[in-house]
Amino acid sequence: MASSLASPSPTSSFIRNKKDLGFSAFPSTSQIAIQKCKKQVSKKIVSVMAPQQSERKPATTGSVKTGMTMTEKILAKASEKPQLSPGDNVWVNVDILMTHDVCGPGSIGIFKKEFGQNEKVWDREKIVIIPDHYIFTSDERANRNVDILRDFCTEQNIKYFYDIKDLSNFKANPDYKGVCHVALAQEGHCRPGEVLLGTDSHTCTAGAFGQFATGIGNTDAGFVLGTGKLLLKVPPTLRFVMDGEMPPYLLAKDLILQIIGEISVAGATYKAMEFVGTTVESLNMEERMTLCNMVVEAGGKNGVVPADGTTFKYLEGKTSLPYEPVYSDAQASYLSEYRFDISKLEPLVAKPHSPDNRALARECKDVKIDRVYIGSCTGGKTEDFLAAAKVFLASGKKVKVPTFLVPATQKVWLDLYTLPVPGSGGKTCSQIFEEAGCDTPASPSCGACLGGPKDTYARMNEPKVCVSTTNRNFPGRMGHKEGQIYLASPYTAAASALTGYVTDPREFLQ
Amino acid sequence: MAASLTRISYSSAFTFSASKTSVFSPSLFASSIKVPTFSPLTVQPLCSTFAPHAAHAISFTTHATSTPASVLDTSTKTFHGLCYVVGDNIDTDQIIPAEYLTLVPSNPAEYEKLGSYALIGLPSSYATRFIEPNETKTKYSIVIGGANFGCGSSREHAPVALGAAGAKAVVAESYARIFFRNSVATGEVYPLESEARICEECKTGDVVTIELGESRLINHSTGKEYKLKSIGDAGPVIEAGGIFAYARKTGMIPSQSN
Repeated sequence: MASSLASPSPTSSFIRNKKDLGFSAFPSTSQIAIQKCKKQVSKKIVSVMAPQQSERKPATTGSVKTGMTMTEKILAKASEKPQLSPGDNVWVNVDILMTHDVCGPGSIGIFKKEFGQNEKVWDREKIVIIPDHYIFTSDERANRNVDILRDFCTEQNIKYFYDIKDLSNFKANPDYKGVCHVALAQEGHCRPGEVLLGTDSHTCTAGAFGQFATGIGNTDAGFVLGTGKLLLKVPPTLRFVMDGEMPPYLLAKDLILQIIGEISVAGATYKAMEFVGTTVESLNMEERMTLCNMVVEAGGKNGVVPADGTTFKYLEGKTSLPYEPVYSDAQASYLSEYRFDISKLEPLVAKPHSPDNRALARECKDVKIDRVYIGSCTGGKTEDFLAAAKVFLASGKKVKVPTFLVPATQKVWLDLYTLPVPGSGGKTCSQIFEEAGCDTPASPSCGACLGGPKDTYARMNEPKVCVSTTNRNFPGRMGHKEGQIYLASPYTAAASALTGYVTDPREFLQ
Repeated sequence: MAASLTRISYSSAFTFSASKTSVFSPSLFASSIKVPTFSPLTVQPLCSTFAPHAAHAISFTTHATSTPASVLDTSTKTFHGLCYVVGDNIDTDQIIPAEYLTLVPSNPAEYEKLGSYALIGLPSSYATRFIEPNETKTKYSIVIGGANFGCGSSREHAPVALGAAGAKAVVAESYARIFFRNSVATGEVYPLESEARICEECKTGDVVTIELGESRLINHSTGKEYKLKSIGDAGPVIEAGGIFAYARKTGMIPSQSN
């Protein structure tokens, strides 16, 4: 680990790190550029003996404006500034604040303590509260925390509260969604060009919509609840250019595991990660969400994908609010640029106990596993289950280890029971899963991705070996400290379920 | 709400950063901050912002700081005690496993309980535990770690658990972003950065002193001294007990009457 942090030497031949293009002194670069521009303006005035005129601000003239990345542009817009550079600290207007049952009660506690018991939140329509972590449990404190959210939403008349009251049957709760990051997208709260903050590190998922999205703590969230603003430092951007046709055995999970393996779990600390290239353009929205979801596993502050036709189509009918996409300028400065030829990539896993402990799935074929888990904000979306179903369908075999399925949201759950799987002759995911011998899809929530209360469905209460489509494999992450988690794509997870070993999905997908 | 907002002065705000490229200069910072939609923006006198005497009337509302009342002057602050040494990439699941996240940090009784579980997620290879069985507080007031301390989730429960357990400071090679910010925002622990990799050279149970003003860590058990990176403008925020306490202390937001 230490050595990989100190010298992230590219281990694969298909990456070209163009660090030379970056600017080592990024905070000062743009300031120098601005100074130059001013000088040029005044020189010109002298030479033609023009009457004194007020100095033009560089940002008011397109031709001399310093290029900005899309992250810089979003933050500039949100802080009402014409120009920002990495390292600038700015007060940012927040478009959406999201919180959930784990961090919501604490954030509310801070809001009430600091602003007053009877104060109102800054904007009842910009706060989205989504119980999702510890829902289907008899843990009294967990249940109480959802009650705290409900009381607060009632008191503050919060417009978007996705409540659950009947824990015995999630379907009896039409308002209940499930995993917050997926629900935010499905309910139309993710919009290009906006700033979305959430009390969850995977809030960065929403960067898939071409917006700035990052996770914050309770105290910062308490501040946002009261003011709608937060002091943020503008991150420098790492640019990841992924080109080439995506092979049919790869998913976005493989791409992000490749990147994290390349730059390490601290490689993007304090930085924005921008994903571009023909491969990224070919990804659907849910796959782009997977890509952005795990930037925090590289330490990233936010991940971002430029909005395009795929984005706009997804948003149709989901939001009636106007939005304004922004894009990186051609002359924007990046800290460094990484290029990948995705057509040469192979299915990957992250071995225990770190998301950057990258290996080829086929290199781990002798690792015997006890179970497979498909779920979470990373790997529990409709497309993830469609991918797993495709592998089961192609094999026609039964799983050899318990295979747990936890749809992220109620919508995903419904999709499993209604959407026909392509090439199956009209079968749904749920039918294919049943034929393969998987567990029945569980009630939508964060589930065992982060362990949770002892009675959480599929929690690792014993030291098992699990292949999981989730995001973290730290010690104890899914429950048991000595448990071993192999992070993988839904293809690889399904293939592994069929053999009982970590398995390259090409064994079934050809 | 509106009343409290109008008195916030943003020209002296705090910055959080563990990054080497951070902008800590107050003047630079001031020029970049404008909050046009806050109106009317009544700027309070700021001359007392960094004056050591400014805060005598402020009562502490957070649990974290056990400091004397002479605040805002970190130059003489020291921490002395036993250290607990961990490795690289200590993530927030190890600092406070998810099963304990039902505890709400802003609830005083649950705050104490969170502290009793601090670092309970460390693997059993850590034979000496941060908090001994049947204890609720740690005897180690300083945690020494490697790179990327506090990576993983955004749970503020992590710095809160360490602070509630009785830790005063963490000294690591580097931090994950959200943990660093949460430490400052809550004022629970000082997230200090070492210049060298001292987690290899210190052992759990060593007696250490941190001199904030000197940016120095002394290991009395080995006789070695280590240079720390300056905590910068985040120091006074932590010393005050977090961003809200700091903002009140410096007149950025009004003191609470209740």
